[in-house]
Amino acid sequence: MLFASRSFCCLGIRTYRLRTDLLSRSIKLSASATMAFRHKNTRRIEGLDSNVWVEFTKVAADPSIVNLGQGLPDISPPSYVKEELAKAAAVDRLNQYTRGFGHPSLVKALSQVYERVCGRKIDPLTDILVTVGAYGSLFSTIQALIEEGDEVIIIEPFYDCYEPMVKMAGAKPVFIPLRYKNDGNSASSVDWVLDPAELANKFNSKTKAIILNTPHNPIGKVFTREELQVIADLCIKHDTLCISDEVYEWLVYKGNKHVKIATLPGMWERTITIGSAGKTYSVTGWKLGWSIGPQNLIKHLQVVHQNTLYTCPTPLQEALAQAFSIDYKRMDDPDCYFYSLSRELESKRDRMAQLLQEAGLKPVIPDGGYFMIVDVSTLNVDLSDVDEKQPYDYKFVKWMIRSKKLSAIPLSAFCGPETKKQFEKYIRFCFIKKDSTLDAAEAILKNWKKQTA
Amino acid sequence: FVSLSLQAKMSRPVQARRLEGTDKNIWVEFVKLAATYSKVNLGQGFPDFPPPDFLKESFVRALSGENHMLHQYTRAFGHPPLVKILAQFFGKLLGRDLDPMTNVMVTVGAYQALFCCFQALVDEGDEVIIIEPFFDCYEPMVKMAGGTPVFVPLRPKAPKDGKLMSSADWQLDPAELSSKFSGRTKAIVLNSPNNPLGKVFSREELELIADLCVKHDVLCISDEVYEWLVYDGKEHIRIATLRGMWDRTVIIGSAGKTFSATGWKVGWTVGPNRLLQHLRTVHQNSVYHCATIAQEAVAQGFQRELELYGKPDSYFVQLPKELQQKRDWLVQSLDAVGMKPIIPEGTYFLVADISKFKSDVPDVPDSDETYDSRFAKWMVKNKGLAAIPLSAFYSGAHKNNYNHFIRFCFAKEEATLKAANDILQKWKQEKTSP
Repeated sequence: MLFASRSFCCLGIRTYRLRTDLLSRSIKLSASATMAFRHKNTRRIEGLDSNVWVEFTKVAADPSIVNLGQGLPDISPPSYVKEELAKAAAVDRLNQYTRGFGHPSLVKALSQVYERVCGRKIDPLTDILVTVGAYGSLFSTIQALIEEGDEVIIIEPFYDCYEPMVKMAGAKPVFIPLRYKNDGNSASSVDWVLDPAELANKFNSKTKAIILNTPHNPIGKVFTREELQVIADLCIKHDTLCISDEVYEWLVYKGNKHVKIATLPGMWERTITIGSAGKTYSVTGWKLGWSIGPQNLIKHLQVVHQNTLYTCPTPLQEALAQAFSIDYKRMDDPDCYFYSLSRELESKRDRMAQLLQEAGLKPVIPDGGYFMIVDVSTLNVDLSDVDEKQPYDYKFVKWMIRSKKLSAIPLSAFCGPETKKQFEKYIRFCFIKKDSTLDAAEAILKNWKKQTA
Repeated sequence: FVSLSLQAKMSRPVQARRLEGTDKNIWVEFVKLAATYSKVNLGQGFPDFPPPDFLKESFVRALSGENHMLHQYTRAFGHPPLVKILAQFFGKLLGRDLDPMTNVMVTVGAYQALFCCFQALVDEGDEVIIIEPFFDCYEPMVKMAGGTPVFVPLRPKAPKDGKLMSSADWQLDPAELSSKFSGRTKAIVLNSPNNPLGKVFSREELELIADLCVKHDVLCISDEVYEWLVYDGKEHIRIATLRGMWDRTVIIGSAGKTFSATGWKVGWTVGPNRLLQHLRTVHQNSVYHCATIAQEAVAQGFQRELELYGKPDSYFVQLPKELQQKRDWLVQSLDAVGMKPIIPEGTYFLVADISKFKSDVPDVPDSDETYDSRFAKWMVKNKGLAAIPLSAFYSGAHKNNYNHFIRFCFAKEEATLKAANDILQKWKQEKTSP
């Protein structure tokens, strides 16, 4: 504008008048143009807009692709679970609001199941919060207890939402990787361990919490009591909280036991334990989860909840309560879904591992969960000509989707910036899939092997 | 031995500072009281009649169908059939082409939509104008986002001689409203039809707000959950249709209020991509997905309503008709006993002046609690009738400005409203007989 005014300054008075009119209008316009841009995102979400799932679920949505990427079952939930939902929706009152912090029959059922598992009294009204999936529990916990100036330790690889959630709370994520300790052939998730000295170094006076995920996504590691004790000792020494994401708690395979860190001495009072209906009952689309812990911590999660979404859907909570009642009664029975699902998945795990090995790949056999990571470097697929500045595993998965019609998730999505290079030769497969899906995967892998032979 | 830094850490509160001033919540207390004492609950806002048959059938169809993948994750920003039909439906109402992928986002109730708006758009130091009385969550949500709520009241004008007051008689003072806009004003929250008064903002009133928004480049968070519940032939006008407003408005809607299914917790936001993109960022970092099956059923509900739009069979025509009747019954009941109802132009709430009943609940000078709150508690415990004190919908500083009003919800079966009438009649008789 100033440039324009200078170039007109030699002209006469009439043009002067015209010029100032034009000038003031263009200032107004440019001011409104710049003013319009002031409505950008808040600082708390700066840099948090991209998300691996948004990218890869779109790509894999093509039905001709065998989707072993995103962690969702394509097997049916048990029929009694579906029936309970139909029954609940038929009751008029259950289509209206329920108790904000959790539907009474559900928190009661949860307290029963977890009292038995934890061996301690759990008050359904003060020690439990029902949330929109375990995701919602993670968010409520982090918003309630973490803030600017805090550090939060995150074990890599990690379920990807931990990092942005910690950042959104204004805190600093401090990463520590699981390291593969063996050079052997058949890798198992047990081979991935934390270095105790390295872990101890990550704790300082600013460390507000550590996020633990056991059984672990994506590796499938089931932390042993000894490993948990190392973490617990540090939490107690530094007065640090523990956010324990145990969504895969029932999916533990032979020879392994899921240990709840909250049951270790000194840990109940500083731990929030998170669970998921989606993973427990193969109903990820119900989006119900829960946080369990001491009242003096849970009460702050409840405050977040009452200021974010207030209450979770009623009929789903009622149906879940009924399902839990059914399985609570048979917790001594091998037919209990908590155990039967695990057995079903163990055979799928073994089949998946075999398929991958026969195709010349090196899977890491998980002790728990329904994911398996695979080292694809043995295939020597040359992607150097692919222009994108993405890590190898991102390029590999996209190439695999396009050329093999098989999808997975790149592991570097689960890593902090320093470790991406370490993990970029791995991709993650999900095996909670029906037989026909695994058959289709088998066909692709067999064919693949033939082509590379 | 405990190190100094550890001591310092242990002496700090465990909870984050963002929770300061947000822990009190009126519903926790009043819902419990109603559950314990009430014979007739006209307190919390939810229908005691079921959702319409066609909606329940949609749910059952979704459940019993072949597609068991409806029990698994759907698209994070909204189940495709639902965002498509919402884009179609609201596109028609707003007179513009909406992209289901970028102009619509599904949330866990309108409540979570509000949360996403404040988290995405309100930074520390931003001011947000809130019109009193207001749905109580706006204030703590603004605070949790680090913002400063700035309140401006609707002021009651005396009604015409002998007539009952209408929610239309509660109005903003234009000069007062204008004075609330400053260089720090980020947004104004508009709720029309308004909870608790039932006010339906007129075109002139909306234009007043719109002009100020445009002049000061302020966003508008437009909570329109009661958009279908308007009476006496009034029109719900969407502020986003006013000049200069589409680009700066996020519209919020609710399946719970639209289809009388508050327990399903399905809500949505509609707006320009440049605002919704930030809501998506908050959503993907907080809850990520909403439950699939309820979204599928709501999508089918909207499909039906799109086909029947404007026709007598439309639920959006029938529901307000039924509710208007219920409103009129309750107005009559209250007027007959001397509680002065303010006739709502919309929503399923009604506020009444209980001054004539003050003798039952004596004033307690220097009480921490507002008069109407004490009154409402006494009423539920002694008369079994639950209602919500109007002061619940005012900021702390203004709670005593209108402390002789209580709010009733009339989205109730005829039997419930008759039972309420019986309680009121008996109460009046007790007062007049020796």
